[in-house]
Amino acid sequence: MRRWSRRSVLGLAGAGTAGLVLGGCGGGSGSGTGTTIRWWHIANTDPMLSEWAKMARRFEADHPGVTIEITALENEAFKTKLTTNIQAGDPPDIFHTWGGGVLAQQAEAGLIKDLTADVGGWRDTLIPAALDAYTIDGKVYGSAVDTGMVGFWYNKELFARAGVTAPPDTWAGLLDVVRRLKAANVTPIALAGKEKWPGHYYWSYLALRIGGLDLMRQAGDDKDFSRPDFVAAGARLSELVALQPFQTGFLAAGYSTADGQAATMGNGKAAMELMGQWAPTVQNDNSVGRKGLGDRLGFFPFPAVEGGKGRITDAFGGGGGFAVGMNAPAEAIEFLRFIAQPDNARIEARTAGVLPVVAAAQDAVTDPNLKLVARTLATSTGFQLYLDQTFAPAVGQQVNDSVAELLAGQATPEEVAAAITTAAKQG
Amino acid sequence: MVTIERPVTATRAPAGPRPRRRRPWPTIAVFLAPALLLFGLLVLAPIAVAGYASFFTWNGFGVPTEFVGAENFRRLLADEVFAGDLRRTLLLVGLSIGVQLPFSLALAMLLHQPLRGRRAYRLVFFAPYVLSEVVTAVLFTMIFSPNQGLANHVTRLIGLGDLGATWLADTRTVMFSLFLVISWKYFGFHTLLYLAARQGIPQELHDAAATDGAGPWRAFRHITLPLLGPTIRISVFLSVLGTIQLFDMVWVLTGGGPIRSSETLAVTMFQEGFKRFQVGYASAISMAIFLISLVFGLLYQRFVLRRDLEGAITTMGDRR
Repeated sequence: MRRWSRRSVLGLAGAGTAGLVLGGCGGGSGSGTGTTIRWWHIANTDPMLSEWAKMARRFEADHPGVTIEITALENEAFKTKLTTNIQAGDPPDIFHTWGGGVLAQQAEAGLIKDLTADVGGWRDTLIPAALDAYTIDGKVYGSAVDTGMVGFWYNKELFARAGVTAPPDTWAGLLDVVRRLKAANVTPIALAGKEKWPGHYYWSYLALRIGGLDLMRQAGDDKDFSRPDFVAAGARLSELVALQPFQTGFLAAGYSTADGQAATMGNGKAAMELMGQWAPTVQNDNSVGRKGLGDRLGFFPFPAVEGGKGRITDAFGGGGGFAVGMNAPAEAIEFLRFIAQPDNARIEARTAGVLPVVAAAQDAVTDPNLKLVARTLATSTGFQLYLDQTFAPAVGQQVNDSVAELLAGQATPEEVAAAITTAAKQG
Repeated sequence: MVTIERPVTATRAPAGPRPRRRRPWPTIAVFLAPALLLFGLLVLAPIAVAGYASFFTWNGFGVPTEFVGAENFRRLLADEVFAGDLRRTLLLVGLSIGVQLPFSLALAMLLHQPLRGRRAYRLVFFAPYVLSEVVTAVLFTMIFSPNQGLANHVTRLIGLGDLGATWLADTRTVMFSLFLVISWKYFGFHTLLYLAARQGIPQELHDAAATDGAGPWRAFRHITLPLLGPTIRISVFLSVLGTIQLFDMVWVLTGGGPIRSSETLAVTMFQEGFKRFQVGYASAISMAIFLISLVFGLLYQRFVLRRDLEGAITTMGDRR
């Protein structure tokens, strides 16, 4: 009756079969006169969808015989499809990557190209730390395209209605703002509880503020997430949860859906959301009339925690880049070099509201909020990649799952720390 | 269009004691080979590979090397999520058999009555079945949406306030909301089955019962229900197997959440395989789903469907 569920069972196994069968075979592209580059990215909406298509056409015009085949998919669909292809030993020639633990696993299995020698040519044109997330054991496995950080986006009008004059810079201050907003009958925070990654930002940032960057590095090394600083992060988050700051039904809310986190924020129904640099664009896209909050939108960094070892200037976030499949033709790397040219990077910054990693293209960022994010990032004292990217997928997903339980009031800070540690030791 | 010109009977041996005919094995082999090859490659091989992978700790990249024996299965048996999946599957099976199917049956009996606009009702009740599970799930995420959702409009209209907002967002109600959506989609299918079977019951039986003084309830209890038996047993079979393998609807509607309160076996398998890249463990879960379905299917056929299958065309030679 439910045919799809059966097929997914078999599909999973099938992917394995194909992996064994095709493991050794080549991708078959890049011979003779016609070269096809399969490019998978996640900019499945305009403006970037068409801008990137135009960029590919320009590259084709300069390189006769090269065809770029674009597959643009939504985040989650992309991850699933890519996983299937990669498990079948057939990675696309160029594909989006968030770097970190997943990229490391792909590199370890020899499925992607080592770009260290190639990026040497253009790495000096990038901002420092642009390639960090894509560097594994000193080898570069990806080329960064955009970067960013997570912070609080807030509705200035709703803050004013609650009598809050300045954004908080301490955790206690934030809790106070939440109380005031509640008192003024304003929903303090919009959150997508159905998708668990937005929730993990809170716990991760708190751990970063309390334990500092070293805490994360240590946990990555010894797989121990039960240190007091991690438990303290959970305890601080529980304080927030106890105030019931999220919108009604947040546990079933998506991020970029009709009634989801971005829409709630963009329609002025909540005062804050903790989200990355793409937040304004998504708010606009999902709000009534596609207008978003406009001038009423503000940004402030995640507050410091009293007595914490981390600084308010330590940033948490990540960006996007491209990895190159093992069987990709040489022109694929040529194309990455083309994308990294300042003029092309400016197009992204200007039209899609992303922060480019190409230093010369920073001037194309015009939106005041994005400029603020860029400035915060440029003056940051440290950088931590998303936890669900930096660690192995099993650990990252456990962080998401456990924090979700905490947000739903169904797990204690100790249980969160223990569950993540168990997953880390198992992986 | 190909039409068989020659009557098939022309090749039959004349009546009388039939000589043991040599079967045309080469022909059988030629015609069967493609089907067997496809079946082997697309059905048996994946099952075998999943079975193989379930003995490894494997992230899905490259070839599995880290053999761990039955470790994945031991972990599975101790996994609270897996136990929860089984509990939730049982709950859905119970609700389907206890609520959805009786409702479908009652509706079928109602639709069998000479009713004005009967055809229209049949069409309306069957319509949800035509929609795909994904479409159904997307539709209901909108209906259960906290602000603009239809469910909330309705509850507000009847004075229950914003009750609808949390149907999918509360760990205590999400399974019942899920069951509601599943029922909405599938009750029409079962109703149709029952209706077709009911129409196959000769009117004479009911006439005779009426002559003997049986009321509608007794006629239903002693004539309709027993004669609907085979259909009901098949409908239960389909319903249970569907529930064991439930995936798309849950995935789109709740993603298994809030937290894991609506997660099913297949959702857990997907999470482990495609989110956590624990393909070995996910394979163990897929084997568990396969075995549960298989064991249920065999036991059900052996003990419940036995009577219905007797005399069916799938007998082996003369043996029954």
